[in-house]
Amino acid sequence: MSHDHENDGDRSHLSEVELRVRALETALREKGYIDPAAIDLLIERYEKKIGPRNGARVVAKAWANEDFKQVLLADPAQTLASLGYAGMQGEHTTVVENTPNLHNMVVCTLCSCYPWPLLGLPPVWYKSGPYRSRAVIDPRSVLLDFGVELSADTEVRVWDSTAEMRYLVLPMRPPATEGWSEEQLASTVTRDCMIGTGLPQLPGVLPR
Amino acid sequence: MNGAHDMGGVHGFGPVVPEADEPTFHADWERRTFALALAAGRAGQWNLDMMRFAFENRSPSDYLSKSYYERWLAGLETMLKERGLITEDEIKAGRSLGEPKKVDGILHHGNVEAIFARGRPTERPTSVTARYRIGDRVQARNINPSTHTRLPRYVRGRHGVIERVNGCHVFPDSNALGQGENPQWLYTVRFTARDLWGPDADQMFKVSVDAWEPYLEPADQAH
Repeated sequence: MSHDHENDGDRSHLSEVELRVRALETALREKGYIDPAAIDLLIERYEKKIGPRNGARVVAKAWANEDFKQVLLADPAQTLASLGYAGMQGEHTTVVENTPNLHNMVVCTLCSCYPWPLLGLPPVWYKSGPYRSRAVIDPRSVLLDFGVELSADTEVRVWDSTAEMRYLVLPMRPPATEGWSEEQLASTVTRDCMIGTGLPQLPGVLPR
Repeated sequence: MNGAHDMGGVHGFGPVVPEADEPTFHADWERRTFALALAAGRAGQWNLDMMRFAFENRSPSDYLSKSYYERWLAGLETMLKERGLITEDEIKAGRSLGEPKKVDGILHHGNVEAIFARGRPTERPTSVTARYRIGDRVQARNINPSTHTRLPRYVRGRHGVIERVNGCHVFPDSNALGQGENPQWLYTVRFTARDLWGPDADQMFKVSVDAWEPYLEPADQAH
């Protein structure tokens, strides 16, 4: 590291893991296994470009247009691909619809499978032990952790993503939103309500 | 493998704690680890199922003590070393200490958009007829391979109903072992909470898993 005295000061505050990843990346680059520009593009794609706004647009469109909703539910893969929301970790996506009697919730108990093209990368809680362990045995208490209390006669349906099928929850359209534009509707659609751990949020109503 | 990754139904993890305004990554090394793992996969030295196994194949205490991207990093290092792409000495030194291994290719920046927008579908054409139809009663087999499988422990031996037939897909149990894609019919199998967790379970609660045909047998042959 003698070539790098000036940076030693900068590096001293870095954690062991940060240093190890930098070392790994440098070694991989020198070996010619990675194109640094591709690494930057991948980070940009998944950190900046792809996120839950994609899914929210789909949900709002389904709320605003019954014909679209029926096509989306019947042939989600084709429909989502036509909107540009296919791709890595979204190759085989299914849309599951909430109704007054049925609440859907999505988990991956074995790892972290999640519909990237629609929701981006999953939040830490989705990948964590508490969620992965409890979603399939006690989903109502998990929902309470999110401030969502379902009535006892609402059936809870949990989809464990154990294969390459990916699931998007189509929440119920909030009441009193007749005549709203798709854009307005999309603003009520949170990431969590498309995983099934939340409900749409009307403006001015703070999440509990 | 019956590892710590197979978390469904385990008690004691405590509450789910969502983070307000959570960033996609919490440190620079996380974003770089994520991208390195995706990019390195293009070298063609392993497949997704091998990678998943590398993430989960560690002692329970090790698995549980690592953060999510620490597991990715450990899994990535395992794959790179096992396949002879890099050595521990090279990671320690932070530079190449020898000739690179010949690989299938690398992820070039000009291909990122096309490759990731297309994805990597796992459905395969087949001439084999699906054994089960929607509505059939099935039992998840009681299998306990020490290798990669996607049949979680909490459904093994349990009875359920075929809810969807999802086509014929790459079979992870074979693919993770380098034994080929061995495509199998993939079903969504619905279980009642009572079938999974006993008579005290919530009656208004059902769970489904996606299960390949080799994971299942007809319920009427079960007893």
